[in-house]
Amino acid sequence: MTAEFIQPDLMPALPEMVMLAMTCLVLVVDLFLPQGKRGFTLLLSVLTLVLAIAAVIAVAPVTAVSSFGGSFVLDQLAVVLKIAVCVVTILVFVYSRDYLSDHDIYKGEYYVLGLFATLGMMVMISAHSFLLVYLGLELLSLSLYAMIAFNKNSLSASESAMKYFVLGAMASGLLLYGISIFYGITGTLDINQLSVAVNSQMSQHPVALGFALTFIVVGLSFKLGAVPFHMWLPDIYQGSPTSVTLFIGTAPKIAGFAMAIRLLVDGLGDLQVDWSQMLMVLAVASLAVGNIIAIAQTNFKRMLAYSTISHVGFILLGILTATANGYSSAMFYTITYALTAAAAFGVLLVLNRKGFEAENISDLSGLNDSNPWYAALLAIAMFSMAGVPPTVGFYAKLTILQALVQVDMVWLAVLAVLFSVIGLFYYLRIIKVMYFDKPLAEQTTTIKEALDVKVLLGANSLSLILLGMFPSTLMVYCILAFS
Amino acid sequence: MYADWPLLSLVIWTPIFGGILVLFAGDSNPAGARKIALVVSLITFLLTVPLYTQFNTSTHLMQFVERHEWIGVFNIEYYVGIDGISMPLILLTSFTTVIVIISAWEVIQYRVSQYMAAFLIMEGFMFGTFAALDSILFYIFFEAMLIPMFLVIGIWGGANRIYATLKFFLYTFIGSVLMLVALIYMYTRSGSFAIFDFHHLQLSLNEQVLIFLAMLVAFAVKVPMWPVHTWLPDAHVEAPTGGSVILAAIMLKIGGYGFLRFSLPITPDASAELDWLIITMSLTAVVYIGFVALVQRDMKKLIAYSSIAHMGFVTLGFFIVFRIFDSGFGDQGAALALEGGMVQMVSHGFISGAMFLCVGVLYDRMHSRQIADYGGVANTMPVFAAFMVFFAMANAGLPGTSGFVGEFMVILASFKASFWIAFLAATTLILGAAYTLWMVKRVIYGDIANDNVRVLNDINKREFLFLALLALAVLGLGLWPDPLVEVMHPTIDNLLNHIANTKI
Repeated sequence: MTAEFIQPDLMPALPEMVMLAMTCLVLVVDLFLPQGKRGFTLLLSVLTLVLAIAAVIAVAPVTAVSSFGGSFVLDQLAVVLKIAVCVVTILVFVYSRDYLSDHDIYKGEYYVLGLFATLGMMVMISAHSFLLVYLGLELLSLSLYAMIAFNKNSLSASESAMKYFVLGAMASGLLLYGISIFYGITGTLDINQLSVAVNSQMSQHPVALGFALTFIVVGLSFKLGAVPFHMWLPDIYQGSPTSVTLFIGTAPKIAGFAMAIRLLVDGLGDLQVDWSQMLMVLAVASLAVGNIIAIAQTNFKRMLAYSTISHVGFILLGILTATANGYSSAMFYTITYALTAAAAFGVLLVLNRKGFEAENISDLSGLNDSNPWYAALLAIAMFSMAGVPPTVGFYAKLTILQALVQVDMVWLAVLAVLFSVIGLFYYLRIIKVMYFDKPLAEQTTTIKEALDVKVLLGANSLSLILLGMFPSTLMVYCILAFS
Repeated sequence: MYADWPLLSLVIWTPIFGGILVLFAGDSNPAGARKIALVVSLITFLLTVPLYTQFNTSTHLMQFVERHEWIGVFNIEYYVGIDGISMPLILLTSFTTVIVIISAWEVIQYRVSQYMAAFLIMEGFMFGTFAALDSILFYIFFEAMLIPMFLVIGIWGGANRIYATLKFFLYTFIGSVLMLVALIYMYTRSGSFAIFDFHHLQLSLNEQVLIFLAMLVAFAVKVPMWPVHTWLPDAHVEAPTGGSVILAAIMLKIGGYGFLRFSLPITPDASAELDWLIITMSLTAVVYIGFVALVQRDMKKLIAYSSIAHMGFVTLGFFIVFRIFDSGFGDQGAALALEGGMVQMVSHGFISGAMFLCVGVLYDRMHSRQIADYGGVANTMPVFAAFMVFFAMANAGLPGTSGFVGEFMVILASFKASFWIAFLAATTLILGAAYTLWMVKRVIYGDIANDNVRVLNDINKREFLFLALLALAVLGLGLWPDPLVEVMHPTIDNLLNHIANTKI
C-alpha cells in the first residue's frame, strides 16, 4: 500500500457530518437554556435527526459507493438502516420527555448523548473496515454507559452502568482480539481486502482463522445479547431509567445487525460454514433461554429483556441461512422489532408518573379500564412480538421461517415456531393483566396525555398492523439491500 | 346489479370496519353500540344472501373470485373465492352473528362496545378464513380470529376464565404454527402460496405424511378431535353465551373445513394411508366422549362434550371415503359421506348454537349452569321448555330435524365401508339421545325443584326471536336438506375425483 494522500469523497458521509455538526450545536445551545426551555433542546435534537434522514435520502446512491479509502461505504443497506435508526431515535426522544421531567433528569445531556450514540450507530452501519466498526461501536457504547448512569441519584442505574461498562469493555476486548488476529494473518483492516485475503489464506491458516472468527462472533454475540453472552441484558434493562432502556432496546439492535452483516457476510463470507454453525448454536440457545426464562419474570422491563434475547435468536436464524433471502428477512425482522419494542416501552413510559416508576407487570393491571387506548396499543405490540397475525411480527417470522425452509433447515423452523409458542404465553400474560385483571387501587389516576406522544405512539403501534398487512412497502427495500 | 361488485370483499371487510366503528363510536354510549352492531351485522347478513342466490350450482369452480397481488415478494395474493364447501359456512356465520348480537342485547352490560366490536371483527375474520384461497391469507385470518375470542372469553367469561382462555389460545396456536411450517415448505416447492397450486403439487409419500400430520395438529385441535379436545369444555364453560355460540357453531367448523380444503386434496395419499388414525380418533370421540357427556353435571360442559361427539361424525364422514373407495362402492357412497359430514357441520352449527343459547337463557335468570339446581322449568317457562326440548331432540338426531340428516348420511355411507365402523358410529343415536334427553328430563321436567325455579319468568320477545329463528333453521334443514346438498354437489364430486388420484 502506498501512503499517498487522496482527498476522500466527503459526500457519502454527509449525514454523519450533519449529525456531528448539529449535535455540537445542540450541546452548546443547551448550555444557555433555562430549565423551563428544555423543550427547545428536544426540538433541536429531533430536527437534527430529521436533517440526518433528509441528508441520507439526498445522498442515497443507486449503487454502492465507498469513500475514505474503502473504509466507509454507502449502499442500500446503509441507507435503509440509517433511516430506521434515526426514526426510532426520534420516537425515543419524544416518548422520553415526560418521563425525564417527572424524574428530575430532564437535561440536555440526555439528548446530546443520544445523538452521539446515534452518530456512532450510523458510523457502524457504514463502516467497512475493522477500525471504523470499532470506532462506531465505542462511540455508541460510551454514550450508552453515560446515559444509563445519567440519573445519579439512582443506585440501580449506577450499578447497571458499571455492569454494562465492565462487560461491554470485555466484549470490545474480545472483538479487538479477534480483529488483531485477522490483522496478523491478512495484514489488512479493510473489509473488502480482508475478504480477498481470507480466501487465499484459508488453506494455510485454517486454525488461526477459526480462532479469530470465534472471537469476532463472541464479541458480536455480547453486543447483540445472544445466549450464552446475554447475562448483562436483563440487569441493564431493569436497572436503567426506562427512557434509556427504551433507547438501548431499540436502535442499537439495528446497528448490531449491520455490524453482523459487515463483519460476517461482507468480510468473512468465506468462513460462512463455520460461523453458520456457531450462529446456529447461539440462535437455538437464545430462543430457548429467552422464551423460557421470560415466563418467570414479574418485572416488565426484565421480561422484555428476555424477549429481546429470543428475538435476537430469530435474527440470527435469518443470518445463518447465508442467503440473500435470509439476510433481508433478518433485516426486516430487526427493523420491525425495533419499532415494536419502541411501542411497548413507549406505553410503559407513558404510565410513569412523578414518584411512581411503572415497571412491574402488575403495574399494568386493568389498563383497559383506566385507559383503553394505551391498553390497545400495548396489546398490538405484544401480539406483534408474539407473531400473531395480522401484526407485522407474524410477517417478520414468516420471512425468517421461509428462508430457513428454503435452505432445508426445516427442523430449525419447527424448533423456532415451537419456542415462539412458549413465547406467546408471556405476551398473553401481559394482555391478561391489562384486560382481565382489575386495576389496583392506587393506580386509578389517569395518564396525562401529551398530544405529540399520543399521536406518535398511536402511529407507531398502528404501523405495526399496517406493516403487517402491507409488508411489501418495507420488504422491497430490505431485498434491494442484498441484491 | 351486483355482478361487478367485489361482493366477497365487502362481506369480509364490512364487519371488520363496522366493528372498529363500534369500538370508537360506542365507548361511552352502550345503547348506541348495540344498535350500530346490530345494523352492521344485518347489513353483513344481507350482503351474504346474494352469495347464495347468485351461486351457480352447476360448477365446481370458485365463484365470486377476487385475485390481486398482495405481497409480491413471496407471491402472496389477496385471493378469495367460494365454492360449495365454503358458501354454506359463510351463510352460517353471518346468520349466527346476528343471533349472537341479539342475544347479548341486555345480558352484556360491561364494556358493551368492545363486546360487540369483538364479535363483528371476529365475524369478518371467519369469513376471511372460509373465503381465502391463498394459504397465507387463510392463515392470517385463521390466527387473527383467536385474538377477539381470547378477549371475549377473558373479559366477559366466568370465574375460571383466565385459565380457559389461555388454554384455548395456546392450544390453537401450537396446532397452527406447525401448519405454517408445512405451508412454507410447500411454497418452496411450488413457488406460490395459492391453495390450488398446493392441490396440484407432486409430493412424495414421506413429504405428504409429514405435511398431513402438521395440518392434522392444526385442524384436530380446532375441530376438536379426541385427544386434543380438552380445551373445548373449559373454553365453553367459561365463555359468555355469545362466545360459546360462535365457538361451537363456527370456529369448530373451521377445523372441518380445513380437512376438506387442505388435508384431503393436498395430501390424498397420506390421508388414505393414515385414515385409520382419523377414523379411530373420530369413533373414540363419538363413543367415549358420548359416555363422558353422560356424566356431566354442568349443562354447558355437557353440550361441549356433545359437540365433540358430533364433530366426530364430521371427521368420520370425511375420512371414511378411502374405505368406501376400497370396498368398491365408488363415488356414490363417498359423496354421501362427505356431504353427510358437511350437512352435519351446518346442522351442528344451528343446534349447538341453540343449545348454548338455551343454557344462556337459564343462566341469565338463575346464574347457575348446574343441572342439579334446576328441575321442573317447564312449569314456569313453558314456551322456553318447548324450544329447549325441540333443540334437545334435534341434538339427539330426531328424524325431521337437521341433526338427523347428517348423521344418517354418514352412518349410511359407513355401512358401505365396514359394518363395525357403522355400528360404532350408530351408537351415537343411543348415546346422544341418552345424555341430551336425560339432561332435559332433569332440567325441564318433573316437579319444581326449588324456589328459584318457582319465580322464573318465561322468555321475552327478544329471546323468543332468536330461538324461533334457530328452530326454523333446524326444522327447515331437517325437512328439506336439498338446497344445501345441491349447492355442494359439484364441489364434492370434484374433490372426490381429485383425491381418488394419487399424487406420488
